[in-house]
Amino acid sequence: MAHDSLYAAPPTVEAEPGAGRLATLRGLLGSWDAAVVAALVVVVLVAGLTVENFATGRNAQFLLLDLVPLALIALPMTLIVITGEIDLSVASMVGLCSTLMGQLWLSSGLSLELICVLVVLLGAVLGAVNGLFVTGFGLPSLAVTIGTLALYRGLSFVVLGDQAVADFPADWTAAVVRNIPGTSIPVVLVPLLLLALVFGVVLHATPAGRALYAMGNNDQAATFTGVSVARTKFWLFVVSGAVCGLVGIFWTLRYASARGDNATGLELTVVTAVLLGGVSIFGGRGALLGVLAGVLLLGVLRNALQLADVDANALTIVTGTLLIASVVLPNAVADIRARLHRRRQRQPVAS
Amino acid sequence: MTADAPGTDGAPLLVLDGVTKSFGAVAALRGVHLALHPGEAHALVGENGAGKSTLVKILAGAHPPDSGEMTLDGQPLRLRGPADARAAGIAVIYQEPTLFPDLSVAENIFMGRQPLRGLRRIDSAAMNRDAERLFQRLGVRIDPARPARGLSIADQQLVEIAKAISFDARVLVMDEPTAALSGVEVERLFAVARSLCERGAAVLFISHRFDEVFDLCHRVTVLRDGAWVSSDPAADLPIDEVVRRMVGRDVSSLYPKQAAELRDTLLEVRGLTRAGVFTDVSFSVRGGEIVALAGLVGAGRSEVARAVFGVDRYDAGEVLVAGRAVPAGRPGRAIAAGMALVPEDRRQQGLVMELSVERNATLARRRALSRLGLLLGGAERAEARNWTRRLQVKAARLGAPVATLSGGNQQKVVLAKWLATEPRILIIDEPTRGIDVGTKAEVHRLLSELAGEGLAILMISSELPEVLGMADRVLVMHEGRLVRELSRAEADETSIMYAATGQGVTA
Amino acid sequence: MSRTDTGAPERATGNAPTDPDRPRRGLTERLLAVRELSLLIALGLLVLVTTVRNDRFLSGQSVKDLLLGCAILVILAVGQTLVIVTRNVDLSVGSILGLVAFATGSLFLSAPGTPWPLALVLGVALGALCGVVNGGLIAVARVPALVITLGTLYAFRGVDYYWASGRQINAADMPPSFLRLGNQTVLGVPVLFLVALVVVAAVGFYLRSYRSGRELYAIGSEPAAARLSGIPVGRRVFAVFVANGALAGLAGVLYAARFGTLDAAAGTGLELQVVAAAVVGGVAIFGGSGSAYGAALGAVLLTTIGSSLAVLRIDPFWQQAVVGALILAAIGLDRLLALRVAARLRGRSAHGA
Repeated sequence: MAHDSLYAAPPTVEAEPGAGRLATLRGLLGSWDAAVVAALVVVVLVAGLTVENFATGRNAQFLLLDLVPLALIALPMTLIVITGEIDLSVASMVGLCSTLMGQLWLSSGLSLELICVLVVLLGAVLGAVNGLFVTGFGLPSLAVTIGTLALYRGLSFVVLGDQAVADFPADWTAAVVRNIPGTSIPVVLVPLLLLALVFGVVLHATPAGRALYAMGNNDQAATFTGVSVARTKFWLFVVSGAVCGLVGIFWTLRYASARGDNATGLELTVVTAVLLGGVSIFGGRGALLGVLAGVLLLGVLRNALQLADVDANALTIVTGTLLIASVVLPNAVADIRARLHRRRQRQPVAS
Repeated sequence: MTADAPGTDGAPLLVLDGVTKSFGAVAALRGVHLALHPGEAHALVGENGAGKSTLVKILAGAHPPDSGEMTLDGQPLRLRGPADARAAGIAVIYQEPTLFPDLSVAENIFMGRQPLRGLRRIDSAAMNRDAERLFQRLGVRIDPARPARGLSIADQQLVEIAKAISFDARVLVMDEPTAALSGVEVERLFAVARSLCERGAAVLFISHRFDEVFDLCHRVTVLRDGAWVSSDPAADLPIDEVVRRMVGRDVSSLYPKQAAELRDTLLEVRGLTRAGVFTDVSFSVRGGEIVALAGLVGAGRSEVARAVFGVDRYDAGEVLVAGRAVPAGRPGRAIAAGMALVPEDRRQQGLVMELSVERNATLARRRALSRLGLLLGGAERAEARNWTRRLQVKAARLGAPVATLSGGNQQKVVLAKWLATEPRILIIDEPTRGIDVGTKAEVHRLLSELAGEGLAILMISSELPEVLGMADRVLVMHEGRLVRELSRAEADETSIMYAATGQGVTA
Repeated sequence: MSRTDTGAPERATGNAPTDPDRPRRGLTERLLAVRELSLLIALGLLVLVTTVRNDRFLSGQSVKDLLLGCAILVILAVGQTLVIVTRNVDLSVGSILGLVAFATGSLFLSAPGTPWPLALVLGVALGALCGVVNGGLIAVARVPALVITLGTLYAFRGVDYYWASGRQINAADMPPSFLRLGNQTVLGVPVLFLVALVVVAAVGFYLRSYRSGRELYAIGSEPAAARLSGIPVGRRVFAVFVANGALAGLAGVLYAARFGTLDAAAGTGLELQVVAAAVVGGVAIFGGSGSAYGAALGAVLLTTIGSSLAVLRIDPFWQQAVVGALILAAIGLDRLLALRVAARLRGRSAHGA
């Protein structure tokens, strides 16, 4: 009640005459997703016109293949961040799944099909450990997943040391980079898009999705409405782990190499893409389409700059700047808007 | 007992003149006047949303006024932040305690003003000693060296009070400080306030309890809808007149519970116990019946409700709906069994403030509204439109965040959300807290109608008139135990307060 | 009342008749002391076990290496404590360290005559500047420091790579007086470690005994209440990031002095170890409690674990896994402890309200 006065009157969504131009401006600034998509289009156009070799089928294939792990992990990450949590251990889970796949292939004699199933299950178990610490013991996910980031990465080195397993069957490694016949679009994009569709529908058009937004904004109110906050979050971490298992398999086969340092640092890129896509780090806000646009923007930008001979390591400037811009800009825009609003309010008083 | 009014002809200590404050399009204060004289205890009354809290925030330096003058001792007063207010000698006790749970009680009191020794180091021994002295003055025993985490609400409020008097404040602002205090503690607080007044300080006291207002205060200022209505000596002002000025019209009887036919027992609670919170609570509610759970704040009423609904776990006992046990700790199952809980804290528990009206109104029904597992916007919108219309929710758009609604309309959204689930049992915690008088009457009429339709209603309320007007039976809790059960005929203010304060408890 | 007396004469305690002979120190302080003590015990046990298995673990050279090894982490962990206590986090410290280390090397490369104290000052200033960037962005964006410093983690590192563009700086490029700073000992104790000790003592003392230090805890404990009590929250948080940046800068200069060979990758991934050290040292990740001493002990413990694994002939690949497990154990134990303390306090204050 201390803030009652803030909200004491019914909302006044007045549409003043003469504010049309401002309203359009507001509308444009208002939709972060649209801004990201627009930026993506601009980057693709500029890169296509100015960067040599960018607009080639071969580059498109590599670009898309590079994006698969990022896009896949971004799916569960979006849901997790919307509930107000975070999973920083994703890249380490990918690494551990990859080395275990290598170790199993090397020493177990199991078929690769079975190994793949086991690896996805293992990913789910790793995610369940995160989920247990976060929801069972009530610990902050930031701290827990920093811990498991180190733990899982450490274990992935324990599994294979500094060795690499590379002798995967050629038909498997070729399969993951194969294109849809007659195009330069990799086949793996099909399951990726299907999965994205599933996540999108769950988030935006199911009761469970509504619950995710509710608990991200106010988990207490969600609990009072019968949402099992802890259980939902637990399963999200499990799904995150399982998807990391999938990515581990993809990563291993694509580079035909299971190594302890596979996907190191990927967690930061994923978080960047998710926030760039308009998901609020405070939880409760964001859309999957924006995230996919964010993933593409990040990937295209890095790819184009790399083709333009910018040092790969120095590209982290781009990632970092994008991340900062994606959180600073909306606030700056909101400030500007508030200022515009205030000025418009004052004008009638002044005249 | 109204104390002798100190002279108000002398120069006032603190003056607010024409203070205006808006939040966005909402005018919270419109040209408010207030003059506090040295040695005066001044009451500020008004309905919720009248602008009292905003005024407190302005005095505290937390909000700058949009326009208007403030003077202290005749000098212009400009507060750029809480630090300025403190430097000017204005101390504020907020409605909700604002303590640092990780720091010790003494540090909480002296934050930023800790006694120092050589090299400007903090002298913790002196600090604890000073805190000890403050507590002695207040006549309470709280260990200054313990962390503030885990203090009861009343103790937290006492720490706030100790903080305020440690300033030797010239102006003490108290925003409903007594809500969580027992009678003895309130008396002690008033003694401190009076002694501050005797030393020439001014006290601004905000409360909904008129007996306290008239006990302590010399003058009364009424606010309505953000505007100043009147300032008069308390002695010249009958309570009826205060209420009339607050509401802006005559207040008729507000509590129209109609007699309803009692049906079968719908909710039965047996031996419910949660260690350290409540013990062996048993009661039942029949269809068509409104049962009130009365008691002091902190007696464990809300906790019982939360446990019954499954938000909190309990250690022993069972909850039955129409004779069938409901599993513990599962609100989802309680909802499925036909229970609904309208919680006491609308902002934190009842609503997701950032989400739209329609999302909030349909959140509890999200499963029922989905087709083949898919929940599409249209179904939610239709459902929300239906219920917001039935409850006459005033909202510009159903898509607007619920945060933009007034308190009364927010409460209606919570009610809509739960009535949409078509419950058999409605548990409602402080149904009319923080909503205006008109909406209050609507809520009461609604509850009465619902009971008439055969719902079993368990109502928790701290407002005795509400309890007496609405309830068929009154259960009184004291310190985690159910100590009395009173029929409608037996229940009156005396009998309820007698039981609620633990007097004559034999059970 | 005499000053030598530890407190007032027998005072009323919060209704704790069950606990009559409670020591004079407050519960708050005692909890911290318990944490620091248990870290010391863990450290002692670790050293004991390792020494029993291999008595050369406590030889002069080995101890010197250990102290040298943990000095930089200790400085970073103490700086991080300042930040975490205010309910923030600074993930960019590894990148700041790398940037400053490379800048220091470049300075000596382009101006060989630079006296090392000047290099030290410039390095600290560059670190502070990075802190200003962090603090400024956080103030503008009003989003969790986690996000901003994640961004500057990338950005500072990118600047580092861009600047280095593949170059490496070698010990031969740096003046011997500077390199000596990295390896010299005083009475057998490395200078680096002494510097770290001074930092720990200064920050620890500041956090405990100064008003503005206590305000940092207040901010982390309840930011809204901090604002209402007139604490300049924005300014304090900004200052904390600048201070942490400066300490990371100091660590960067010391890193350059110690290792001599520098490329743009120096300090990559260090931020996790730093956060781990602080968390293991009892600094609550959501602010409001913890001490610089604890964080320093956490850093020493992590470093010692690394050395012990080597001495115990455990695969060094286990080290990172152990660090991770330790973080989980530390936050898990903290949680357990907090729950138990909360239960005790509830019991205590359950008087007739």
